[in-house]
Amino acid sequence: MSVRIESSNEGMTAFLMGEIDHHTARQIREAIDTAVEKSKPKNLYLDFSEVSFMDSSGIGLIMGRFKLMQHYSGKLTVTGASERITKIISLAGLKRLGIFNNAQ
Amino acid sequence: MKSVNGMKVTFPSRSSNESFARSVVASFVAQLDPAVDELVDIRTAVSEAVTNCIVHAYPDNIGEVTIVARIYPTGRVVIKVRDKGIGIENIEQAMEPLFTTGGEERYGLGFSVMDSFTDKLKVTSKKGKGTVVTLEKYITMRQRQAKQS
Repeated sequence: MSVRIESSNEGMTAFLMGEIDHHTARQIREAIDTAVEKSKPKNLYLDFSEVSFMDSSGIGLIMGRFKLMQHYSGKLTVTGASERITKIISLAGLKRLGIFNNAQ
Repeated sequence: MKSVNGMKVTFPSRSSNESFARSVVASFVAQLDPAVDELVDIRTAVSEAVTNCIVHAYPDNIGEVTIVARIYPTGRVVIKVRDKGIGIENIEQAMEPLFTTGGEERYGLGFSVMDSFTDKLKVTSKKGKGTVVTLEKYITMRQRQAKQS
């Protein structure tokens, strides 16, 4: 599985790992959605620090979780996106959503 | 101009082959000693093209996807991703950012990504016959320049 999910008082963090494409995005999405629907956290963090590759399927992954958290009146935050991943995110115009929190 | 090297690979349109497809092209292009960014550009563009075949060309069945890659003397790489699927009715519309018929969290960005990450993108398609996506990328000839000097 290319995602590890941890919960704390602050909310839920999904640590994404490896390569995100149309094939792996499906498994990641299902794992995150199951966990979110179960515990309905106020905050969901998608951590991209360990992602080595992402194509436009990652955009769907982010947008879908953004909508899911909106549905539960929660908040989505994207962290640890590399320069490379940020490039694809910018192409999609997702920066406007104000969900990005980059340490670097 | 004649190509100096080439390769061809055919595989079924299963999503588990997306990773294989971008890796095999990257391995082939590696002989030009591309910069890391150039290689990731190619991997990303190929991933998008192959995903299109899987999601759009063969929506209800598994079909053949063929990739032909050629290297030209000046460091130009031409990659053709071909399917024998349903074809694209309106190529102009399909290439518009955010246009999609894909459903399931597809955002219609495949061609936008291919366009930004390559030097040239061409799409030809015939309804009911299939689609050919041609990606061109110039690899900076770092090593060869260094060797010559």
